Amino acid sequence: MPSNFDRHLQEIFAAMKESPVEISVSERKPTCVHCGEACDTTHIVHNDLDFCCEGCQWVYQILHDNNLQEYYKIQQSPGINQRVREATDYAFLDEPEIQQKIIDYASSHLIKVTFHLPAIHCASCIWLLEHLYKLVPGVSRSQVDFLRKKVTIHYDPTQVTLRRIAEMLEHIGYAPSLNMGQLEEKKLPVVPRKLYYQLGVAGFCFGNIMLLSFPEYLGIEGDQASRWFNYLNWGLGLPVLLFGAQDYLKSAWHGVKNGGLNMDVPITLGIIALFVRSTIDIFGNYGSGYMDSLAGLVFFLLIGKWFQQKTFHHLSFDRDYKSYFPIAISVWQEDRWTTIPLSKVEPGQRIQIKNNQLIPADGILLTPATQIDYSFVTGESDPVFKRAGDTLYAGGKQIGSPIEIQVTKAVGQSYLLQLWEDRAFTQKKETRDHRLADQIGTYFTVAILTIAGITFLYWSGKDLNMALVTVTSVLIIACPCALALAIPFTYGNVMRLLADKNMYLRSTRIIEEIQRLTHIVFDKTGTLTAVNDYHILFHGTPLSEAESVLVRSVAHASTHPLSHQLDLYLNKYQLGSTEDFREEPGQGVTARVAGQVVRIGSANWTGAPNPGSNGKQSVHISIDGTYRGNYLYESRYRASWRKTIKVLARDYQLSLLSGDGDRELRRIRSVFPAASTILFNQKPKDKLEYIRALQDAEQRVMMIGDGINDAGALQASEVGLVITEDINNFTPASDAIIHNGLFPYLPQLIQYTRLSRRVVFGAYFLALLYNVVGLSFAVQGMLSPLVAAVLMPISSVTMVLYGLSASTLLFRIMKLNELPQADWVQTKVDDLYQFST
Amino acid sequence: MGVIFLLIGISLIVAGGFLAAFFWAVRSGQYDDEYTPSVRILWDDKKPENSTSIDNNSTTVNKP
Repeated sequence: MPSNFDRHLQEIFAAMKESPVEISVSERKPTCVHCGEACDTTHIVHNDLDFCCEGCQWVYQILHDNNLQEYYKIQQSPGINQRVREATDYAFLDEPEIQQKIIDYASSHLIKVTFHLPAIHCASCIWLLEHLYKLVPGVSRSQVDFLRKKVTIHYDPTQVTLRRIAEMLEHIGYAPSLNMGQLEEKKLPVVPRKLYYQLGVAGFCFGNIMLLSFPEYLGIEGDQASRWFNYLNWGLGLPVLLFGAQDYLKSAWHGVKNGGLNMDVPITLGIIALFVRSTIDIFGNYGSGYMDSLAGLVFFLLIGKWFQQKTFHHLSFDRDYKSYFPIAISVWQEDRWTTIPLSKVEPGQRIQIKNNQLIPADGILLTPATQIDYSFVTGESDPVFKRAGDTLYAGGKQIGSPIEIQVTKAVGQSYLLQLWEDRAFTQKKETRDHRLADQIGTYFTVAILTIAGITFLYWSGKDLNMALVTVTSVLIIACPCALALAIPFTYGNVMRLLADKNMYLRSTRIIEEIQRLTHIVFDKTGTLTAVNDYHILFHGTPLSEAESVLVRSVAHASTHPLSHQLDLYLNKYQLGSTEDFREEPGQGVTARVAGQVVRIGSANWTGAPNPGSNGKQSVHISIDGTYRGNYLYESRYRASWRKTIKVLARDYQLSLLSGDGDRELRRIRSVFPAASTILFNQKPKDKLEYIRALQDAEQRVMMIGDGINDAGALQASEVGLVITEDINNFTPASDAIIHNGLFPYLPQLIQYTRLSRRVVFGAYFLALLYNVVGLSFAVQGMLSPLVAAVLMPISSVTMVLYGLSASTLLFRIMKLNELPQADWVQTKVDDLYQFST
Repeated sequence: MGVIFLLIGISLIVAGGFLAAFFWAVRSGQYDDEYTPSVRILWDDKKPENSTSIDNNSTTVNKP
């Protein structure tokens, strides 16, 4: 059973035997067996396999030693790159208090716990995680939920600790994400279970009613038996009405009570008319009733609802600040560092914040100096320099070595969290306005009632009995099941097509919101500019190649993000070995390379004559005590951002709100239309207020942002769109999430979403045709149960087929299907078959 | 003709059994995750001797 991977290995072996020298560099660039990345900076050959870094090789070794190589056969290079190995301190998982919050179930010999593992991305991941028992003795069972990226682990607490499991998960590249928000998270299935029960009941009853209606379809009537069949049908229809259609009845009642006629009102009218008419027919022995149509209608409606409700559960559209905070924090208590749950932190305590951790509470800095990255809160990308005694606001990210803070306010009362007290976060968006279907529902109800009234008046003069028959027939046939199916299937399909291309919408309601937009507001940092992608330029005495090697070697050794960028920028130079490496928090780093002392860091640190960076980020260099110059970092704008803005400006008013200073004003002004507003130095609250002001001026706003500093604006706007590098990253609460690669296509995607409204109108036209035909039968009193039983499913099925095919066709006409596929993609079924057959 | 009622009664009971089975399946969480089981079903549990073929190769040809 040779799998792809075997073949791949055999090819390599064969190639090596033929030409052992050439293979390694010149012929083809080797890619890492573990993670699939090119082995360019470092290339380790172990067991004749290529690895890009020691981390990957190490993980391979563990799996190999435990007989888990199957991991590499299911999917090629399934691993997570280990170049930057994290070593999180999971000591806090030993604290009973924290354990208690994470664990789902505990007894003396069995504990069940669920971890969220953002790294889960392919079939191999599932395989490996479900074989965790081979790696960690004491684990008895582990089950992955791929779509939610979760694993549920059963283990024996006498044999293994929670901490050990978490550490092993991190070792093999699946670091569990533990944050404060998860503690309160409820576990919800993708589709509520009730809908499945309703589908089951409606489907069961529908099938049996059809079966029992056969005598009637075949024209065998009047028999004693067929009467009993009718009673049985009625009995089977009852659960459909009372349980299956429950939500429609409730929603319609709710609508009528509040004076708004929604789409569910005419549906409910139809359902009730069907039921009442059938009851009279069956028990008065006038006919066989319409129970088959009733059950079929409800069944189709429920399928539509199921199709529409499918959401993207690996994404979280409802994140609040708690998701960004760690679950536990180190506190100085009784002369030692202990870990306590974050919620227990009190003012006056001394806490420790490590590199890249978020400051969870307002406090005073105790460490002499540091740099804090506040881009998360303010959008301002430059790190802020802080000295001992300065106040640090929650939400900043520590860069560099650990710092200590004296907490001044409890976690829930920090400056950052004031934003969340705004009404934008407390009010639910869904309730704000009526959907398209509900507006149409209003006209529809009025129209049906008018036609029913006229029919009744016409017939009541001749025959009262006939009048009642025709009125119920009108209500039955006019029941807008076709209309009710058009939106779920069309918009449900639009959502799926967009998700295939990495644009995720929270619900079909967002499609309607996008169709009505008038104004688009952009954030700058991270939205128009790319994150961690800088244009780096050197100013000063040019460096020779040997000197560049020195600089890169020191930058490579440092953990500071700017050093990391510099390391990447200089990656064409060799790496030298460093000695006497020292990092001064908030200042810079120094080390000796090839006998020369290199300092990189702030202007002060390197003895620069003048800081002269115009507020831009810069890294200064000195070699052997001589100042050489500085690297200027300029954030790069996204590919073809000018064109994107220009195209959007044709249809929408635009604004830009940035947390940064106005140093980029000229460049932005030249791209945005003259009428648009461009504001700098905007705090999160200002952005929120700006959106409010637009809304007060009758604008319908889309906010495009990326960070938590836009959270208020995203929440307040009609459509909050978040742009992200990695779809699995933490993003603030929003209505839509797109991958940054899609930014140039944003105008087309919005256009497609707008045009999908026409597809729905087409469906309405079809539904209208059907209604005209049906009504012409109904008003003449000719709607037999058989005609109804044929017409209704036909119209429903037409509507489903039309909705799906028309929206897909439009997608193709606009050539959106040619956009690259989602890159996080789930395992393709084809790939799976390669190893199973 | 009377036998038809008996048959219908039996068929409804059987069908009801399936409905009950469906309810049980939903309740036990089988519909909560519709994707992962579709991947899981395709794995074979391999015998250890099958999977050692790569290792034999790789340990013999160690690169300097």
